[in-house]
Amino acid sequence: MPWDEGLVNSLVYEAPDPGTGRSLGYAKAINEALDIALAHDPGVFVLGQGVDDPGAMFGTTRGLQEKYGAARVFDTPLSEEGMMGVCTGAAMNGMRPVYMHNRPDFILLAFNQLVTHASKYHYMDNGQTTVPMVVWAAIGRGWGSGAQHSQSIQGLLLGVPGLKIVMPSTPYDAKGLMLAAIADNNPVLIFEHRWLMKKDGTVPEGFYTVPLGKGIYRRRGSDITIVGASHALEVALQAANKLAADGIESEIIDLRTLKPLDEQIIAESLKKTGKILVVDTGWAMGGVCAEIGCLAAEKWFDYLKSPVRRVGLPDIPTPAGYTLEQFYYPDAEKVAGVIREMVKK
Amino acid sequence: MQRDLVKQLLYDMLLARRFEEAAAEQYTQGKVAGFLHLYPGEEAVAVGSLRAAEPGDYVVSTYREHVHALMRDVPPGAVMAEMFGRATGCSGGYGGSMHLFSAEHRFLGGYAIVGETFPVAIGAGYWLAMNRSPDVVLCFFGEGAANQGTFHESLNMAALWKLPVLFICENNHYQIGTEVHRQAAVVEVYKRGCGNGVPGRRVDGMDVLAVHQAARDALEQVRGGNGPFLLECDTYRFRGHSMADGGAYRSALEVAELKARDPLLNLRNRALENGWLNEEDIEALHQKAHGVVEEAIRFAGQSPAPDDLYQGVYRRPLDLYAGRP
Ligand SMILES: Cc1ncc(C[n+]2csc(CCOP(=O)(O)OP(=O)(O)O)c2C)c(N)n1
Ligand SMILES: [Mg+2]
Repeated sequence: MPWDEGLVNSLVYEAPDPGTGRSLGYAKAINEALDIALAHDPGVFVLGQGVDDPGAMFGTTRGLQEKYGAARVFDTPLSEEGMMGVCTGAAMNGMRPVYMHNRPDFILLAFNQLVTHASKYHYMDNGQTTVPMVVWAAIGRGWGSGAQHSQSIQGLLLGVPGLKIVMPSTPYDAKGLMLAAIADNNPVLIFEHRWLMKKDGTVPEGFYTVPLGKGIYRRRGSDITIVGASHALEVALQAANKLAADGIESEIIDLRTLKPLDEQIIAESLKKTGKILVVDTGWAMGGVCAEIGCLAAEKWFDYLKSPVRRVGLPDIPTPAGYTLEQFYYPDAEKVAGVIREMVKK
Repeated sequence: MQRDLVKQLLYDMLLARRFEEAAAEQYTQGKVAGFLHLYPGEEAVAVGSLRAAEPGDYVVSTYREHVHALMRDVPPGAVMAEMFGRATGCSGGYGGSMHLFSAEHRFLGGYAIVGETFPVAIGAGYWLAMNRSPDVVLCFFGEGAANQGTFHESLNMAALWKLPVLFICENNHYQIGTEVHRQAAVVEVYKRGCGNGVPGRRVDGMDVLAVHQAARDALEQVRGGNGPFLLECDTYRFRGHSMADGGAYRSALEVAELKARDPLLNLRNRALENGWLNEEDIEALHQKAHGVVEEAIRFAGQSPAPDDLYQGVYRRPLDLYAGRP
């Protein structure tokens, strides 16, 4: 495969995050990554609606404009499509934009620039230019967000050649993956989750990267393999911990990057457990769940001891109110139920 | 005549103000959640313009649309219930605060993606023009939305096809925390119509009588088949962008100065000075507005939640070709 460029190797991290470092909030970890990148490379610039607002994009961009100036950290007019093209043009000329959005929903306005332009230039011009840019957004959730402020769009982008897609789940990864994404010479999308933004974790000071395209075990077990990223993993972990009391031991893989995908770690685990459940914050149909489920059937059929299962969102828009939302988003109970069914067989 | 109009407009603004403040209280109590974009300070715009419109006219709005819905006579209880996420809400509890709809009232929606509403208004205008309808479309938007490509695309289409669309800009000077000079090279939005062949003008959006008169004039022109018009209302929001925004990017002095231009106070004082209304009249309007809002909250609170997650994803196919041989 041309895109994995050897990024995906068999190296697997046993321990989730390093033991050293301070306890730091998720948003602050991203803030440190941006700070380091801005200081390191004059080509890096950070833009987006609200990056210099007192709210500072959940705190991720706080203090950066004061430190690096309004030419390198700046607010934008509401012109998402145009701005995505601006980033692409700047990137083609050696700059490294980090384009921040409050919600992935707003990136949909810029799909043409992203999907038909940014992702294709390097291929179309036979490698004469590169488009090293990062597009960041935080997935919304919570009643009242409604159908237009809570979409997970990673599934829509998964099939686009030339893009990379990152979905961190810990502050350590959020910082390390951001630094890796900025250094990458291709358009990289980072989808955070609004509900992870208040999480604390151990984060080393200074520079480090987490390689794109490499998954990590968050929990070891031999009964079933659960694969996913971002906030979907939180729910899976809760379910797994609950079931451990009943003697069901789940193995949980945090993909961290959806594209390129660490197939090796999935294969390694599936070979052992023979069962795979894919979880995602997005719709189950045609997205991350569907793709990984298909891979399992296509490549690792011989390992499978039970049908592939997926837990994502049903094929409907997000309802506004609290009551329906309880049925819309899968919770630990629901995931635990699926695990139980799978392990029983 | 003037007295009746003033009385109506003052009542509408009192209702709008009370409704939004009550919504904020309900939000604080956890009855409304997520996004809640409130209208205090901007009442003169929706009230003045929509009271100049005809019942048959269509309205396309944004996420800051509660008052627009109220002014189209969507029942306050149905608006509040929608924010509560209840089945009796005007969108059945599926839309929420940012997505009020009422086909019955020709209220074509509240939308949460900035700038994506302009083409919807063009589509409605096209339909009206096709049917030689006397009705028009009123399309509300913030000055920040004028920076989207869809704004210019839509103005061009509306002018090219002479569509009956009145664009109403609620220029509250902020795109969340971004002051207008930091988002646009030309800060008077009506001037941005010229290049697309859409005439326009700017009016004091804190003066409901001025807005009302300007909207009447504009509507007459649009209804007369002369194509679109762009009415810019210079206004200000007293609260943060939404309940999640403290508004720390504005100085206390700035907010205080604008609060002194409160459209409610403005009309109240003029009504008293001119003898159009007396203190008792105004107090009665206050009471009435409070009562209506209280009832809306009671109605919303007692309403059931919707219970069918799958309803409405698709409409059952209608047979377009029914009756053909
Ligand atoms: C396409 C898109 N980008 C960003 C946002 C986030 N957002 C919501 S409201 C808003 C500001 C809009 O300002 P303006 O058009 O002036 O309307 P106002 O809220 O001031 O009435 C922004 C940036 C969004 N909803 N949609
Ligand atoms: Mg505004």
